[in-house]
Formats: sequence, C-alpha cells, structure tokens
Amino acid sequence: MNVVNPDIAAPDTDATPELTARDFTTDQEVRWCPGCGDYAILKAVRGVLAEAGRHPDDVVFISGIGCAARFPYYLASYGFHTIHGRAPAVATGVKMANPDLDVWVVGGDGDFLSIGGNHLMHALRRNVDLNLIMPNNAVYGLTKGQYSPASATGMRSPSSPGGSVEAPVNAALLALGAGGRFVARSADTLQDHLPGVLKAAQANKGASFVEILQNCVVFNDGAFEAVRDKGLTADRTLRLEHGKPMVFGKDQDKGISIDWQTGIAHVVPVGSGNPAPDIAIHDQTNLALATILARMDAPDLPLVIGVLYHAPAEEFTNLRGDSSGTAINRQALLKILSAGKTWQVA
Amino acid sequence: MLDQPIAPDYSESGTAQGPAVVRFAGDSGDGIQTLGSEFTKSSALSGHGFMTFPDFPAEIRAPAGTTFGVSAFQIQIGGDRVKTHGDTVDVLVALNPAALKTNLSALRPGGLLIVDQDAFTKRGLDKAGYGTNPLEDGSLEGYRLEAIEISRLTREAAMPQGVTKKEAETARNFWALGLIYWMFGQDRGPTAAWLTSKFAKRPEIAAANMAAMDAGHTYGDVTDFAPPPRLRAVTPSRPSPGTYRTLTGIDGMVLGLAAASALSGLRLHYCSYPITPASAILHGLAKLGGEGVATFQAEDEIAAATAAIGVSFAGGLGVTGTSGPGMALKAEALGLATAVELPLIVIDVQRAGPSTGMPTKVEQADLNLALHGRHGEAPLPVFAASGPGDSFDTVIEAARVAVTYMTPVIVLSDAYTANAAEPWRLPDVDALAEITVDRDIDADGFHPFRRDPDSLARPWAVPGMTGLAHRLGGIERSSGSGHISYDPDNHQHMTDLRADKLTRIQAALPPARVTSGVDAGRVLAVGWGSTQGALKTAVDDLVAEGHAVGHLHLRHLSPLPRGLAEIFALYDRVVVAELNSGQLRAHLQGLFPQVSFRGLNKVTGQPFTVAEIDTALREDLS
Repeated sequence: MNVVNPDIAAPDTDATPELTARDFTTDQEVRWCPGCGDYAILKAVRGVLAEAGRHPDDVVFISGIGCAARFPYYLASYGFHTIHGRAPAVATGVKMANPDLDVWVVGGDGDFLSIGGNHLMHALRRNVDLNLIMPNNAVYGLTKGQYSPASATGMRSPSSPGGSVEAPVNAALLALGAGGRFVARSADTLQDHLPGVLKAAQANKGASFVEILQNCVVFNDGAFEAVRDKGLTADRTLRLEHGKPMVFGKDQDKGISIDWQTGIAHVVPVGSGNPAPDIAIHDQTNLALATILARMDAPDLPLVIGVLYHAPAEEFTNLRGDSSGTAINRQALLKILSAGKTWQVA
Repeated sequence: MLDQPIAPDYSESGTAQGPAVVRFAGDSGDGIQTLGSEFTKSSALSGHGFMTFPDFPAEIRAPAGTTFGVSAFQIQIGGDRVKTHGDTVDVLVALNPAALKTNLSALRPGGLLIVDQDAFTKRGLDKAGYGTNPLEDGSLEGYRLEAIEISRLTREAAMPQGVTKKEAETARNFWALGLIYWMFGQDRGPTAAWLTSKFAKRPEIAAANMAAMDAGHTYGDVTDFAPPPRLRAVTPSRPSPGTYRTLTGIDGMVLGLAAASALSGLRLHYCSYPITPASAILHGLAKLGGEGVATFQAEDEIAAATAAIGVSFAGGLGVTGTSGPGMALKAEALGLATAVELPLIVIDVQRAGPSTGMPTKVEQADLNLALHGRHGEAPLPVFAASGPGDSFDTVIEAARVAVTYMTPVIVLSDAYTANAAEPWRLPDVDALAEITVDRDIDADGFHPFRRDPDSLARPWAVPGMTGLAHRLGGIERSSGSGHISYDPDNHQHMTDLRADKLTRIQAALPPARVTSGVDAGRVLAVGWGSTQGALKTAVDDLVAEGHAVGHLHLRHLSPLPRGLAEIFALYDRVVVAELNSGQLRAHLQGLFPQVSFRGLNKVTGQPFTVAEIDTALREDLS
C-alpha cells in the first residue's frame, strides 16, 4: 500500500533486517572511468545502507553535478540529481517536507567546496539531518581536469598550465569552522575504515560531513599519497578512535603529542607498545583538538582519518517542528483570513 | 487662520462630487506610513472604497530633513469606483520643507495644502534646498495654503500627559491625522484603540498621541478651517454584503498561500531570501507561525529556489518568492523544475531594474525574464496578479496548475500592488474549489515519466511511498522510464511534450474576454498586472463619454488565453499599456502579426495615472 501522506508516515525503523547491498543496486550501468575511486565508495555506501536497515523507499540520495554526483542513479532508493552545488539546499527542502527520510547528499570537491560552498556551510551550521559525503579527488574530473579548490598549490592543469597559485581548501577545517557537529575523513582505498565512518555519519541525527579522499586515475592520479597503498598508509595516516591514545605506524611506534599552548602537534616515539604519558588521547567532542587534527598533514605529520569531531546538537527540522507540521483546514483558513480588523457590510 | 491667499473654490474645478485624494508626506522618521495605515483603517470602517499608495525611500533612515529621506502615503477614498490611488492630490499634508518640495507637484491647482509652519526654519529650508521660505515668497499662491504651527500645538496638547518635549513632538503625525479625521468626518475610535494596545507598556505615550489627535480634530472645529464642499461630499461606497478587511498585494499572496494549503491538504514551504519588496511575504507567512505554510529563510536566492524544489520532490508544495535581481538568480533552478516536472510556485514582486535599480519603485520589466529567462527550451506558466484581491486568487490558481500539471508556475506581482491596499471581501471558504493531489499511484508498472494522457502530468510519487523509488535528474530523461537518455528522438519528443503541456493548460483555463468597456469598437486597451485600476478607470470614463473603447486585462501571460485573435479583430486599434518599454507588446506582435499593436509605455518607477491613459487612448480615438 502506498503511503498517502508522507508527512505523517511513521519511520520504517523495523525494516526488513535481511537487506543486502543488492537491495540498493539499480539496473543502471555504472559509468565511471575504470579504476575510479568512486566504485569503492559506492560499494561501501551500499553496504552501510543495508546494514543501517532503512528500507530503500525511505532513503533519498541528492547530488549536484560532477563525477560523484552520478551516485543517485546507481542506488535503488529515491534519488535526485540536481544542479551544480545546490544539492545541500535541495536536501534541506526534502528534509523539511519529510523529516523521517534518511537523506544523503553526495558532492565532489567542486560541488561542495566551490560552486556550492555556501550551501554546504549553511547545511552544517543549521545542523540539518543530512549525511553529506564528499569524495575529494582534488580535481575537476567531469570537465576534464582543471584544478579545483582542493588542488595542491602548483598543480598543472588545462586551466593552470603554469601551475595553480591558489592555496587549497582544507575541507574538514572548513566544516568545523562552519559549525559542523560531525566531521570525519576517510578514503576510497580504506575499505576496512570507510564503512565504519559512514555508519557513524548515518547514525548521527544532524549534519554529518565525511570527506572521502578519492583517487582520480585520469586527471589527478596519486594525489593522496598517504592513502595510496597499504604499505604507506600505516606510517602516513593516524586512525582516530574516541578515547584512545593517538598512536600510529606499522609497528604502532609513533604517537601524537600536542603543545596546547601553541596548538602545534608533534610526532613522538612510543616505547615498547606502551603509550608515553604525553601521547594525546582523542576526544571527539573537543573542537579545539579537532581543528588541530584537521590541519595535520605530510611531510611532518600523519594525515588524520576517522571521526575528528562529533558533538551532537538539536537537529534543524526538529527545532522547526516540521514533523508535526500539517496543512490547515478550511476552519483554520477562515480564522487566518479574518485575523485583524474586519467590518461587515449588510 | 493665517493670512494667506485663498485659492478658487474647489466646486469650480473638477467634478462637484467624487472621490478625494489625500497625501501625507514627511520625514521617514515622522511616522507617515503609520498615519497612512490608520487613516486607511478608519476610511474602511466608515465604508469608503479606497486604494492606497505608500511611497517611501529604500534607505532605512535617511538623514532627517533631506529630500531623499521623505516618506509619503497617498490614498484615494470615496465611492466604489475607486480603482487607483488617484492621479492628483486634493489634500497634501507636508510635515517639513523637504516633504513639501518633493510632493508639491502631486497637488492639483487650487488643492488644499497643510504644512507644519514650525518646521519651516532656516535649517529646515536649507536642508530642503529652499533659498527663500515658500510659505512667504508667494510661490504657493496657486494653492489653498494652511500653514499651521503643528509642532507647537502638538507640544501643548501632548506634554500634559507626562511625556518629554521630544516625545510630545513625535506626536505631530497624530495631530495631522486628527485634523484629517475631522475633515472627512471619520471616527477616531479605532486609532485610539490601536494606540492603547501599541503603547500598552507606555500609557503616557498613548495618551500623548491621543491628545495630539484630539487637538488636531478640535482645531478643525474651532477655527474657521472650512473644508471645501467637494471634500465634505465624499460619499461612502455601497459594496456587496459580506465581511471585509483591508488587503495589500502582500496580504493577498500570504493569504492565498495559506488557502492553497487548506485547499490541497498539502503543507507549503515558503523558501525565500530577504529582498525588497518581496520580504514582506516572508514576514507575513512567518507571522502565521507555520500554520499550513512553513517558512524557510534560505542562505541565498538559489538555495531558496532549490530548497523549494526539494520540498516538492518530497511531497510538500515548494514556494519561493523574490524580486527582480533574485529572479535572475533562480533561473537555473527553474530550468531544473521544468525538466524534472515538479510543482513549484515562484512569486516575483517586480521592482524597477536593472540591477539594484530602484528597489521600492514599480516596474513591469521582468516579463521577458519570466517568459524566456531559462537556458534551453523551458516553457512554464506565467500569471500576473492585477491587484491585492487578485493576488489571492492568482496564487491559488498557480498552486492548482502547478500541482495538476506538475510544473513550476511564475506569479508576477509588483512594488505597486505589493504595498497598495484596498477593501477586500472575504471569500466563502467552503465554496473554494479543492486542489486535487493525486497520490494514488499503482506501484505495478510505475514509471516516473509515464503521463496522464489529458494533462500530460507525470505521477507525483514522493520519497517514503512504497515501491515507487525512482531517480530524477537534470540530464534528459527517457520518456516513460525517466532513465538518462541522450537519444536524439527522445529529446525532440520530450521538448515537444514540455511545450504541449502549456497547450493543455491553455485549454483548461478560461478563454480571453474583454474585462470592461465595449465588446467591439475603436480601441482596445490591453494590460496586465497592477495597471488594471488605472486602465479600467480611464476606459470606463471614456465609455461614459460615449467612446467605443474596451479593456482586456490579462492574468495568463503564458499560456495566453484562447480567443485573443478573434477579440483583437473586433477593434480598429489595440493599445498595449505596460510599465516597461514594450515587452508584452513585442510578445503579442510576434504571435499575432496581423494586428498592429501600439505601445503605451512608462518606465519612471511610478504607476500610470488615469490621465496618462486617457490622453493616450484619446489619441487613438481621434
């Protein structure tokens, strides 16, 4: 039976437990370049959706324009491929009309950080219950390789033959600055890590921002050295876990120490598996710590992955009262029409 | 009384009886708009027909006493023939020299001019750019001047109520209002009640303002201030029985959207970014507290439009509203809504452009943008509201068409209609037709772009509905399945379907009709939007003189109503009157090459006067 009025539809929380990734797969042929990191991200997303257990009819994917924006066509949920940069605004409207939906927004670094930077910022500060996932390949892929706002300074591209002179955006730092209450980072190659982050993002009731470092094999291959292969990753990335000391390295022999006076992080050796007393403990509710972590990068520091910040706050459509909002009846209309000064003509 | 030259008696000029036009002018801090709205309310309650015209600067608080800081409010009251705020002013109240300087040209020769003599100081005159005092240099000899020490008289009346001298002086507007109430024999009660509630926490301020109002009223009684017979002869109109209220064009939009919720059973979301003059719709709806229509103040115009599209995708009715520059920003979103065929209402309260232009001034120059302002071929319905009451009806019709045909609809208003007020009879809410929302969609064989054969509407399946999950997108969709398609024939087919949808809408909308005047004859005046009142008045006057003139006012600009060619053929000449350089005229000329259209155009930021239309139509009659 169809739900006649979606505004009053009960959330389908006890949906079929035996959902699989296949339930979220459409018959549409996936059209990304062979070797594109988006394949791995799509796979992770389908798995997380199945595990989260929301029925595909209650799940919505909204995207803008770009390679990553093709996501909705490949997911057997409701979907809307909109216009460049505006997906967070469209998704906000979707959520206002029906707060019960599980709404995902997919946009690349061009969509989210450039043309749609404004909308990303406002979706975050409003804390709209959206799962905002940003595959970041640090290049404009669909338009054939121009530098993006996430590209490294000096990147040579068709629109920057002499090398880009622009400083790149730090997406996680931007999200924190915009007031994001859930900010995380992972990578396409980290299939043992990405699903966990996505799952946490989905579970957060509010705006969840996940930057996913994604390799573009055609226009920006190897842009993210730290997560390129398993051999490097252990030494170049730090996997965050709430309440755990920040240690990393193939042999777990390095730790992060923070000078709270200056906000500068240092790598310090960790002796015989036991963390030294000055190894910082990750606290995902600490905004100051999150901003330090967001800035960490090669060559001196490992790139941080995992949930940098998670401090839940009241959700936007809840505060607005959208779930209890209804249409009005004619009685109420008459009251509105006659509010204020009226007079009778006999 | 002051020893001033007396102008000829009014009874000698113009008609002996008829509506009167009053204009209040002062500094933007003088409470002129408050004065105007109180006089409007009182006029309504005493049974007058009226139309108002607030004329204020875009600056929030321009420097006091300057000409660019002058705020004015004009009202025509009288019989039920009142359709405009009046061409020329019978009574002008000027509270300072700058107000006199900027508004005197509106006063008709021999008109009554009331000024606050106390404001005509050296400093006040300098600020307004007067070399000599106009009250003394004989330059006002063509008017009946009443220079009154309003500031002093206000102070004397108000200060005993326990307010400071400064507070007392701010009651000047109520002193002037009291005198005008006396002049038109109107009740001070409603204004007194309003003051009591407005200043409930400062009863002495309320008392001061009331004392000033009473003093102004008494001044009329005790001095030899004799208003000319014509002003006394203003007769209340005799409107149809019912419950009435005052309605501005903004009110019409706000209430129309609330009605659309009640008639459709849908919750509307009005998504908007603050912009003059459209912001008032956002304020009006926000005041309803989310009843039927929720408001969303978006981060920009594009987000407002796209959030509204998101609302409609998820099953609410998305509405966005803006003015000129914002309309330009929404163009890409309108293309998307047309492509994915979602209902959407877009209100454009037009203002003088281009760019920032003159934000508080009227212009009808967004017509081309509304009709054509999207890339690719993206036809959509464009309706225009002709006045405050018509705003209510038009926005409901827009909702009906948007939902029935699954299309965005643009509703054009403008800065004149937005702020003008008229008496409005409340509709019988039980008699308003339901807006049918069809959510009874069979999951079996469901395709998001399989159409209703009559309306060509696609099914409005929304997230949360079982078995109807589908993907929409801006990439061309395969007819039926909605899958991405680059097929050449499919694109031709979909383009034709999008255009054909407007043909279906045209077939369902009422055919064209001559709205007033004669059904066939010498001249047909064609107009749209807020020019309705001036056109109707001018045409009615000419018809009364025996001229064969008709008036056809268009609400539906796209699709145009059926039968226009046949009507145009019944007149020797067709004049298209609009507040732009000829946008509708050019549009009609392209569609009806056999007719030779003449344009009556004005782009001054001001509405047409009846006289301007009268003069132009007479040229065509001779």
